[in-house]
Amino acid sequence: MQRALIAAVLVGITAPAVGIYLVQRRQALMGDGIGHVAMTGVGLGFLMSTNPVWMATLVSVVGAVAMELIRAYGRTRGDIALALLFYGGMAGGVLLMNMAGGSNANLLSYLFGSLSTVSEEDVTAIVLLAAFVVAVTVGLRRQLFAVSQDEEFARVTGLPVRALNLLIAVTAAVTVTVAMRVVGLLLVSALMVVPVAAAQQLTRSFRVTFVLAVVIGTGVTLSGTIITYYQDVPPGATIVLLAIGVFVVLTALAAPLARRRARVAAVAGAGSGGPGEGGDGCDVAVPSTRRSGDDVTA
Amino acid sequence: MDPVISEPVMSEPVTSEPVISVRGGTAALGSRPVLRGIDLTVNRGEVVALLGANGSGKSTAVRSVIGQVPLTGGGISLFGTELRRFRDWGRVGYVPQRTTAASGVPATVREVVTSGRLSRKRFGWLSRADRAAVERSIELVGLADRARDSVAALSGGQHQRVLIARALAADPELLIMDEPMAGIDLASQEILASTLREQVAGGATVLLVMHELGPLEPLIDRAVVLRDGCVVHDGPPPKAVGQHALPGHDHVHPHAAGEPLRTGLLT
Repeated sequence: MQRALIAAVLVGITAPAVGIYLVQRRQALMGDGIGHVAMTGVGLGFLMSTNPVWMATLVSVVGAVAMELIRAYGRTRGDIALALLFYGGMAGGVLLMNMAGGSNANLLSYLFGSLSTVSEEDVTAIVLLAAFVVAVTVGLRRQLFAVSQDEEFARVTGLPVRALNLLIAVTAAVTVTVAMRVVGLLLVSALMVVPVAAAQQLTRSFRVTFVLAVVIGTGVTLSGTIITYYQDVPPGATIVLLAIGVFVVLTALAAPLARRRARVAAVAGAGSGGPGEGGDGCDVAVPSTRRSGDDVTA
Repeated sequence: MDPVISEPVMSEPVTSEPVISVRGGTAALGSRPVLRGIDLTVNRGEVVALLGANGSGKSTAVRSVIGQVPLTGGGISLFGTELRRFRDWGRVGYVPQRTTAASGVPATVREVVTSGRLSRKRFGWLSRADRAAVERSIELVGLADRARDSVAALSGGQHQRVLIARALAADPELLIMDEPMAGIDLASQEILASTLREQVAGGATVLLVMHELGPLEPLIDRAVVLRDGCVVHDGPPPKAVGQHALPGHDHVHPHAAGEPLRTGLLT
């Protein structure tokens, strides 16, 4: 249980921390692709009787770098190359696992997560990998933000954009293997994307979105793990459904919150005499905007 | 408002090197030649407009200047340094042609503008000077009251102002703007024009890509007109009403046979 909780918390922190950059680049499904490729690593790990977590890390890093290179250099056939990589990775994993004499239960535990089988060795690997992910996503947040926000502009600032893109890919791959034992390779991507999507229903800034997504991620992985302790339900599926539940609740809260913000902004806009935005401020904003517009000396 | 009069004269010895120099630049997108040997020089303190119709190659030309489109022939220097070896990107402020400053995750105006400081200091913490420069450039484009708002909540003109503030945050000596006036409201156009005026008064060099001169016309020293990847005009900005507006036109016209140079600059 203790091992399971440690693994769950680390996944809850790392998956949204990387996921936010993927969502920002509109590559929300990249984690899913890496998850498929990681399967081959798990199979290799079984075949060579090494720890599947490390082997999966190695293979998914290679896969993620390949994906990033295809994205950066590939033109029209890029999506087909990615499809080959994804399904090749998954099929290779299943085949290798079978050759290694792994059971279907083994396979399922990697596909959908199995907290009860997390070993001491797994926890060590997960802690080290999670430390790397947090160091990158927090330490380089300004650089990664700039690259994910506007890649062309980032290149013109002289940032090593290619290296940073590869770093995001590698970090995402590492996160997939961190999360593999908890939510499983098929549901990894959900934990990278859903907390971020839920958080941004309420937020206006990147910083707050980041913090809130990590809080939501940790919350759902912890509560999901505790539920599986008392109820015999699969952890990965429970955690993902909880995350989606949070998303739905926050989305429902978002509309009234936005209305309140618009009202506050309108009041503030009227008070300062500046151009007010949003519904109620229009009476004030229109004349002043109009005037400055007409004064343009063309 | 505090006009950013950022020491445009560097401590290094003043050279007569042009800020931008493109010599016989050719470029292709795919197999289609887009630039067919253009020469473009922008000197220190100049405001140059790069004009042309859609597909004339003007966007490709500026994107090659900032190293985003590789030349297939010819050469480019920035501040006297070959583009390949140019590393001093803090001196260049680039405003890309965008309809939005938003991405897949919410970000505030201040967060987006802060990323412009990265060209001054690529790694490390934000200093007080960084923060001050960010606030100053947000104020310069008139968005101080929106600094904490998500860029997704802004209008098209405000998006453009955010992108310009981001470029100004690094106190650049050279501003390169791709269609800054495209599709924005009059109020934002006026703010952009006055921002640009202050930059020019502070000694900035500006290269603007434009469809038409519009409200920035009084600022522009020189216009370079591209057509089909070739420079067809390099000189004073062409007047919207053409040669007919020039004084003395009536006297010239009846005897125009001997004065071919007075007409057809753009034809």
